[in-house]
Amino acid sequence: MIAECSTVQFDSLTLDGGAALGPVEVAYETYGQLNAAKTNAILVLHAFSGDAHAAGISHETGKPGWWDNMIGPGKAFDTNKYFVICSNVLGGCRGTTGPSSVNPATGCPYAMSFPVITVGDMVRLQKSLVDWFGIPRLLSVAGGSMGGMQALEWAVSYPDRVVSAIPIAATTRHSAQQIAFNEVGRQAIMADPDWKGGNYYGGPPPARGLAVARMVGHITYMSDDSMREKFGRRLRDKEDFGFDFDVDFEVESYLRYRGSQFVNRFDANSYLYITKAMDYFDLSYRHQSLAAALGPAECRFLVISFSSDWLYPSYQSQETVRALRSRNCDVAYVELESNYGHDSFLVDVAEQSELVRGFLASTFEKAQ
Amino acid sequence: MSAQALNPAAKAPAFVHGVLGRRDYAIIGDIVAPGSLVLDLGCGEGELLEWLSANKGVKARGVEKSSARVQRAIARGVSVYQGDIDGGLADYPDQAFDYVILSQTLQETVYPRKVLREMLRVGRRAIVAFPNFGHWRVRLSTLTSGRAPRTALFPYAWYESPNIHWLTVQDFEELVSLEEMAVERRYFLAGQRKVTLLPNLMAEVAVYLVGSSAKK
Repeated sequence: MIAECSTVQFDSLTLDGGAALGPVEVAYETYGQLNAAKTNAILVLHAFSGDAHAAGISHETGKPGWWDNMIGPGKAFDTNKYFVICSNVLGGCRGTTGPSSVNPATGCPYAMSFPVITVGDMVRLQKSLVDWFGIPRLLSVAGGSMGGMQALEWAVSYPDRVVSAIPIAATTRHSAQQIAFNEVGRQAIMADPDWKGGNYYGGPPPARGLAVARMVGHITYMSDDSMREKFGRRLRDKEDFGFDFDVDFEVESYLRYRGSQFVNRFDANSYLYITKAMDYFDLSYRHQSLAAALGPAECRFLVISFSSDWLYPSYQSQETVRALRSRNCDVAYVELESNYGHDSFLVDVAEQSELVRGFLASTFEKAQ
Repeated sequence: MSAQALNPAAKAPAFVHGVLGRRDYAIIGDIVAPGSLVLDLGCGEGELLEWLSANKGVKARGVEKSSARVQRAIARGVSVYQGDIDGGLADYPDQAFDYVILSQTLQETVYPRKVLREMLRVGRRAIVAFPNFGHWRVRLSTLTSGRAPRTALFPYAWYESPNIHWLTVQDFEELVSLEEMAVERRYFLAGQRKVTLLPNLMAEVAVYLVGSSAKK
């Protein structure tokens, strides 16, 4: 399955912060066919560093999508049956307007003049895309991590536009620990002299700061178990310690590699803006309780968490589920056993696939 | 539809067909009104809920402790959440369901009295099916062996049995009146037959439809 990325432009987007941003471009990919009644559309929502390329082989890069093991013919999100859409989030750097985009008013990249955005803003832009497709109701909105946060936002903000939501390894509000790790990443970027207050476009990017941010991120996506299993204390290409500060351990080599790879595909300012949006995310903000905040939600929910995920621990999903239950919502929930930490939703998908497949099939059947 | 089908209790046939191989499921299927909102506690892999949903058009929800069973239930399209029955209903608002079902699980709960109360708080009616430990074979087993009963229906050794509360038909009736709840219907089964005489001695399985009494 070869995937093509397309873009569509919208004149203006009103933001939670009060500003209006425009024009706004959205990069998206689609898989499968929209049926005549437009009842089989699923919006898949990417996590922090993901993009619109969720499935298939990219025409441009030749690489598989970030959820290729979940989306495709016969897979959990079965493209023989469903029409799957994935778009790059607002503030991103993979085709959708973000801080690295050129501000038409100045002819220069927005950089730090880009307005601070929220998960609500990301979802509002996705809704424009869904409107543009002429889809009255999405069969499902689904995603892991920040994608799951967007799915929850969709369910609350546009209850009449979604039949079901699948938030995986997600939360209704970022915790102090989650904010703390994001802040470490942001500080690493801003401490890099190449960051230059965000005005590094045209020169060298703050590669060292961004790489360190990504290294910290990667640690939080794994688990003690998975790191022990994958690296242990194994040395990298040597028999003994080097007694210097070059790479000794496999785990160091892995993190450095991941950090340097990330610099090639991700914009440091997008890192700042998107992590800030995640940290602001709190559905219960300005509500009496989480249950009150979830009041408007009418759709069916499938909530999934993973036993070894310490970044988005199961208690956060259970908090979501309890609040939904107190509203008597239709909610299915399970904690899956996995050693892969927060990354489980991307890599350990056998059981997750069966859950999503069955949930979507029954939701589709009931919605017809 | 015949009068008999409308009111199965009135002139019930002695023989009960199984649903999914379970006679208590067949009775529960008879009791539950079409289109109602049902919560099944300890729903296993969601077979009963799936059947009720397909045959009675109910909106089905379930609670199950085992992750593996929850996964199979969700995969078959039933909305089940992983949780504990003892204390797990606290989040639900009052009278959220038309029926709360507890099938062959009351004897496995740590606080059966609390569970029964909670069932009638979150549901308008409770359907409780349980194995009758007063059945003559159970009594005979204990009497002759001098040990915890082991029968075809209760094959476990005492140290492996999930059944931590051994109740009889009479015990359940007593708890219901103690709680000032009202038995609306009661069914007794032995094998494939309905039991009408001496249910405390002759019934292997009892199914009760319980509502809050008018006093409450």
